[in-house]
Amino acid sequence: MSDVAPRELRIVGFLCNWCSYGGADTAGVSRFKQPTDLRIIRVPCSGRVDPLFIVKALLNGADGVLVSGCHPRDCHYTDGNFYARRRLEMLKRLLPFLGIDEKRFYYTWISASEGARWQQTVTDFTKRVHELGPLHVKKEVAP
Amino acid sequence: MISGRLKEAIAGIFGKVDVVLAYQQGFDKLHATPCFMTMPAQIDKLIWNPLCVHNLTGYLPSLKKKKVAVVVKGCDSRTIVQYMEEGLINRENVVVVGIPCNGVISVNKVLKETNHEPIEEITFGENGKILVKTLKGDKTLSLADVCPDKCKTCQYPTPIVSDFLVGEPITSDKSPDSVYADIKEFENKTLEERLKYWEKEFDRCIRCYACRNACPMCVCQDSCIAETRDPHWISQRSKLSEKFMFHMIHALHLAGRCVECGECERVCPMGIPVNKLKRKINLDMKELFGYEPGVNPEDKPPLYTFNVDEVTIKEHKI
Repeated sequence: MSDVAPRELRIVGFLCNWCSYGGADTAGVSRFKQPTDLRIIRVPCSGRVDPLFIVKALLNGADGVLVSGCHPRDCHYTDGNFYARRRLEMLKRLLPFLGIDEKRFYYTWISASEGARWQQTVTDFTKRVHELGPLHVKKEVAP
Repeated sequence: MISGRLKEAIAGIFGKVDVVLAYQQGFDKLHATPCFMTMPAQIDKLIWNPLCVHNLTGYLPSLKKKKVAVVVKGCDSRTIVQYMEEGLINRENVVVVGIPCNGVISVNKVLKETNHEPIEEITFGENGKILVKTLKGDKTLSLADVCPDKCKTCQYPTPIVSDFLVGEPITSDKSPDSVYADIKEFENKTLEERLKYWEKEFDRCIRCYACRNACPMCVCQDSCIAETRDPHWISQRSKLSEKFMFHMIHALHLAGRCVECGECERVCPMGIPVNKLKRKINLDMKELFGYEPGVNPEDKPPLYTFNVDEVTIKEHKI
């Protein structure tokens, strides 16, 4: 890699199996260009995403976390994303209290057909995390 | 005297319940300790004064199948309401003996005032005056100076639920805005300052788990995910990220459930402000859903339920 290219950061994405994972797949099949910083973890439903997953990721080396599920009212399990919405909003408000920029965490709703929207979301979110830089500077310097 | 009337009230309950949870004198003059009474002969052990700091309701979920009478202060009664909201106790099996409370003491603050001299005698006078006798002389303290922080902003001095109320009800003279004043002040700091603050505080943690064990709402106890090997949430390594993670587990498992009894901070041997994170979440729950834990038995904790259209949650933009 050339020195000019920005160094890759670690972004973790929790995607629900039924909508957002399908949306990411659609983006891939359509050969949309996407940044490569994101590591996708497929979960059965956004309701499966414990806020602790996100905290654990951020405390252990991730620079940003993205959570995406089905649009409200479209959940495969009827109400998983409704519970997720409350939990994730609670976490979003707690992170700045801990001293972690809330911009490093983003949650949204993307359906399986929205490949272009997925591409847009990943590109924008990655750009935002790159603007903030790495979260764990000290650890990266130490051998 | 309140303790005399308390003994009378409890004497009438014996026979109807399997066990009575109250306070007795501890190992020295400065400490009270919980006592489990099963026979009327034990009633003389019972005491009531500002040394009775413990939240006795924490024993209730493990005694769910028994009939239990429990002595509660205003703050402790919120735990009972929260248990009712979450279905963790059978209300008909619990006899609540409520005592309106003017504030308790913080043992640590008293020891600090008396330079950790052994306490020979402690007497509680009128208007919150406390006379402490030590080998190196006497000292008069004011209850307002040595009470835990929670008493300074107490909104519920009279128990919210009780079957027997011993003493006259008290209404709080503290402003409701003062409850979360310290949280709002903390939010004025910059992100870096906040992260530094928490890293400094959590770095002192020795992971004794006393905060978890004392917490009345930590009902998983032996199945706590901080100690399970599968899933292996945190390792035994003594480094900051593990300590930080443990406190995050505690805070997030109490999200919208913490009744702010302050037991976690009281038992912490390292003086970490453990309750602060939970109170921050409570403040958010109040702003988002108008919910306050442990106040109304008909309520449902906000993260146990949802609205299809959330008016207060706005969609975020990147």
